Amino acid sequence: MKVKAKFENNKVEVKLLVKHPMDTGLQKDKNNGDLIPAKYIQELTCMHGDKLVFLANFGRAVSKDPYLAFSFSGGKAGDTLVLKWFDNLGENEETEVVIK
Amino acid sequence: MIERRKLLKGILGMTAVFSTALLIPKLAFAQWSKAFDANTTEKAMTGMFNKTETTTSDKIYLKVPQIAENGAVVPINVKTDIENVKTISIVAVKNPQPLACSFTIPEGTDSDVSIRIRLFETMDVQAIVETQDGTLYSVQKEVKVTIGGCGG
Repeated sequence: MKVKAKFENNKVEVKLLVKHPMDTGLQKDKNNGDLIPAKYIQELTCMHGDKLVFLANFGRAVSKDPYLAFSFSGGKAGDTLVLKWFDNLGENEETEVVIK
Repeated sequence: MIERRKLLKGILGMTAVFSTALLIPKLAFAQWSKAFDANTTEKAMTGMFNKTETTTSDKIYLKVPQIAENGAVVPINVKTDIENVKTISIVAVKNPQPLACSFTIPEGTDSDVSIRIRLFETMDVQAIVETQDGTLYSVQKEVKVTIGGCGG
């Protein structure tokens, strides 16, 4: 997951991109015509220290390689954010990013 | 004596496990809901909020393209001046599963979120803002889709 966190105007702006197929379960495999099983992110969280600053729950309608942007107060340059996601098949990823 | 010590250790260990298990639901803010699998807006609303009525609000600013050439990637921005926001959700009313995403907005986080979603066909996109007291506000806008974005 690619994350950019910038401290600006007394706020931390977070923009992120997750590499993930977000398969809906409705799409057919072009080679054999079989349905591709659903595989999509269900939850993404962003922690600033021990405070949860953002939580997103996704359904299958979120586009492939999800993009998100949000902002919060209370952080500053140099602080670390911990972002995590997991999908319906149990795959997950955790990333740390330092606010610039 | 040794037996007693072992027993005590066991009890302490189990207590630790149980209390950790009890703490988990408190830490999780909102759990992923089956409402995301619902196949109608009504079922999704009931699953997510236990009700379907919302009050239309001019304090929700929903930014969507009027025409989306590619339904697979439709940029959405929701912003609101409503206070004490708990969650912001996006509903694509004619998608096979209408509830697209839901964001929990803790205190200190701005009620201003951007995401990209898929739209199956031309339809209304709804932004739903839930306040701490459980009131639902909404606004909706139509997006014309040239190429659908869900199936193949």
